[in-house]
Amino acid sequence: MSAENKGAVAKEKESLLAKPAVQSILASLLCIIVGLFIGYIALLFINAKGANEAIVTIIKNYFTYPTKAAALKYCGNTLVKAAPLLMCALSIQFCYQAGLFNIGAAGQYVVGAGASLFCALKLGLPWFVCLLAALVAGGVYGVIVGVLKAYLNVNEVISGIMLNWIGLYTVNMALSSVKESSSPYTLSLASTNEAALLPSLGLEKLFSNNKYVTVAIPLAVIIAILLKVVLSMTVFGYEIKATGIAKDAAKYSGMKEKRNVILTLFIGGALAGIGAAFFFLSGYEQWSVTQSSVPGMGFNGIAATFLGGLDPIGTIFASYFIEHITSGGSYLDKNAYPSQISDFISAIIIYLCGFVLFFKFFLNSRIRNKKNNAEGGNK
Amino acid sequence: MAENSEYAIEMLGITKRFPGIIANDNVTIQLKKGEIHALLGENGAGKSTLMSVLFGLYQAEEGVIKKDGKEVQINNPNDANDLGIGMVHQHFKLVQCFSVLDNIILGVETVKNGFLQKDVARKKILELSEKYGLKVDPDAKIEDITVGMQQRTEILKMLYRDNEILIFDEPTAVLTPAEIDELMQIMKNLAKEGKSILFISHKLAEIMAVADRCSVLRRGKYIGTVNISETNQEELSRMMIGRDVQLVATKEDKTPGEVILHVENMTVPSKLHHNNAVKNVSFDVREGEIVCIAGIDGNGQTELVYGLSGLENITSGKIELSGKDITHASIRERSTSGMSHIPEDRHKHGLVLDYSLAYNLVLQRYFEPEFSSKSGFLKKTEINKYADKLIEQYDIRSSQGAETIARSMSGGNQQKAIIAREIDKDPNLLIAVQPTRGLDVGAIEYIHRQLIARRDEGHAVLLVSLELEEVMSISDRILVMYEGEIVGEFDPKKTTPEELGLYMAGAKRKEVGA
Repeated sequence: MSAENKGAVAKEKESLLAKPAVQSILASLLCIIVGLFIGYIALLFINAKGANEAIVTIIKNYFTYPTKAAALKYCGNTLVKAAPLLMCALSIQFCYQAGLFNIGAAGQYVVGAGASLFCALKLGLPWFVCLLAALVAGGVYGVIVGVLKAYLNVNEVISGIMLNWIGLYTVNMALSSVKESSSPYTLSLASTNEAALLPSLGLEKLFSNNKYVTVAIPLAVIIAILLKVVLSMTVFGYEIKATGIAKDAAKYSGMKEKRNVILTLFIGGALAGIGAAFFFLSGYEQWSVTQSSVPGMGFNGIAATFLGGLDPIGTIFASYFIEHITSGGSYLDKNAYPSQISDFISAIIIYLCGFVLFFKFFLNSRIRNKKNNAEGGNK
Repeated sequence: MAENSEYAIEMLGITKRFPGIIANDNVTIQLKKGEIHALLGENGAGKSTLMSVLFGLYQAEEGVIKKDGKEVQINNPNDANDLGIGMVHQHFKLVQCFSVLDNIILGVETVKNGFLQKDVARKKILELSEKYGLKVDPDAKIEDITVGMQQRTEILKMLYRDNEILIFDEPTAVLTPAEIDELMQIMKNLAKEGKSILFISHKLAEIMAVADRCSVLRRGKYIGTVNISETNQEELSRMMIGRDVQLVATKEDKTPGEVILHVENMTVPSKLHHNNAVKNVSFDVREGEIVCIAGIDGNGQTELVYGLSGLENITSGKIELSGKDITHASIRERSTSGMSHIPEDRHKHGLVLDYSLAYNLVLQRYFEPEFSSKSGFLKKTEINKYADKLIEQYDIRSSQGAETIARSMSGGNQQKAIIAREIDKDPNLLIAVQPTRGLDVGAIEYIHRQLIARRDEGHAVLLVSLELEEVMSISDRILVMYEGEIVGEFDPKKTTPEELGLYMAGAKRKEVGA
């Protein structure tokens, strides 16, 4: 009897640590700390003298600005880049729940950018039409992967990667007609079609009039929450996850797995496409029609989603964090350190995310041992 | 501590705990040299855990293991190997595209200057196979040989490694009656040659036939060890279950009613080879009868059920359910038209293992208005309430009730969950494929009672089984399948297992009208 009572008390105490959500957060934090530490060692190797200052700069990001106004303004910039990253991460995550590794999110992001900019600059359409165009373009691009997967069993990673490149060069071609005459960049939205810029709803005032801060940021967060709800509370989420973790059982119970695969990739593609529109319709950056590598946003989404513990809410924070240190890296002394050091740190963190499972396993076995010992002691 | 112990292996006072459960509670097993020692227990009684401890996969919290009277530490399977402990797993660990010889030497190859010395190995294998009567073709590929020969390959693997202590984990589950007899003979030969054998089983008849002594576990506790010559099946089952069990199901006579399932000239393709797995099969299943498809594994029973349930598209033929043509209906349509299916592979098809028990219990019904709203949201409270009801009604045991992840449940309770789900749908036709496979006597009794209850309520049951005992005891009509065809129809009261065996092995056949 007493053993049982003790066991119950121990369980109570450890229940917090045993919760998967708590473990995910702990694991992610551990990854971040170790990642920063290894990054710091790399800085020491490159240039030992300034390493302390450099790592602090990376972590501080916009806090390096002395005035609050400037800090807020640059905080806005980080958020502007975090929103599309979050969307790409959600795209990958949603597909991952259905057992699909949507590395094609990068290409879906590219066609989303192409469609929204084409509608904005060539056709002169307002922002909501451009946003819709990005959604549809990304979605359709995802459907190609989905159809290949569902009906011909083509691996989604292979078709996704190939479509990434097809998408890149198609978009480069399509946007060549709307580029500035003297540079490889597309025309600026502000000067060509102001109606295509995303509305800010006064949000820019919160960030020292940073005009790039738009409705995209809160929308991305809302979409993340929406996704969480869909996955955990709806029939659709039930089916998607069942298909993802037990394809045969899903088929046995009469779920239409083929339809679910295609639908999942449509949604995944649409999310990435919207992400691109969130970025390029803010006017923060113009598309370079001579770029010969697929923008990293889609790939970084993989990192954000894993760092976020494959949870939409966790991914919000993970996306912000990755953009935070990436932006922070740009403040480094370029003579002493390459700005890629932030990419390096995020790469390490991502790499460590692979150990999240290991960490959880370790934690669980610790908890188990402790409990066993507690019970054993009572005997 | 005697130096020359009469025991090959002793596990003394082994205790192993898992969260929420004591898998082995002070268990003691002593295996004498040259004996066949049976380990009997229900599913979840702790047999596998105990063997995993012996094999070094788990570490016991308490207790010692002794080899030849000397205490030993087994920290991993390599240690077990070094001590001469070998195991034939229930699911063979063979490389399908390798030959028998390659599989046997895998991991302990004789190598000279980096080249394999297969001739040396071949000689040793042939010697061993002669000595113990283990017929194998060393050059045949695993994928081409029978299950029985695969098992003999596994046994040769242990002998090739000069193992002295052989563990057989439910070795007869996959064999035909003739192969079982052969295996029994092999085990006796091995024991005669001085090997010590631990025989894990819950088939009482086999234990009675082959073992010298038998140790019984129940819910992780050691119940006792008995000499087989001084006991009987009833006593063993009482030790295992803790109460008297009806070994043979009883049921009232009943006249079958309307035809529920009508199958006409059905042909189903095979995934494994280019032939048809089911060829031109016709039969009926009526209200109030249990029709049993008997046959040796791999004669088209799996594909027959795939064709009926819609998991596989049939090539030709017609299927009617309660008079409705469902030949081309989707899986979901068949399910909602009154077909329930207890699948052969409960892990692959029957459950979403990483879902909770509650989610698994609504796997066939989650889309119904009772469990989901029009806007597409799941009604979690309703689902949990329904799950609690089924858990109570069907006595599904788990550590955390409806919230338990299905993967963490014992095999018997996973099966109970599937059965609860499929029966509670109140189907006209219940298709049960090997519903008792791998389960203990208590669970088997329970499942048989459930199937008979369906029949007594006037519904149709189609049972696919490899166990002749089961076939004989609960069916009203037996159809024997051989190489994709129905080769005989029998009344269980007017036939014998021996007669069925001849048809199952393809030695005899008769024309069957639907």
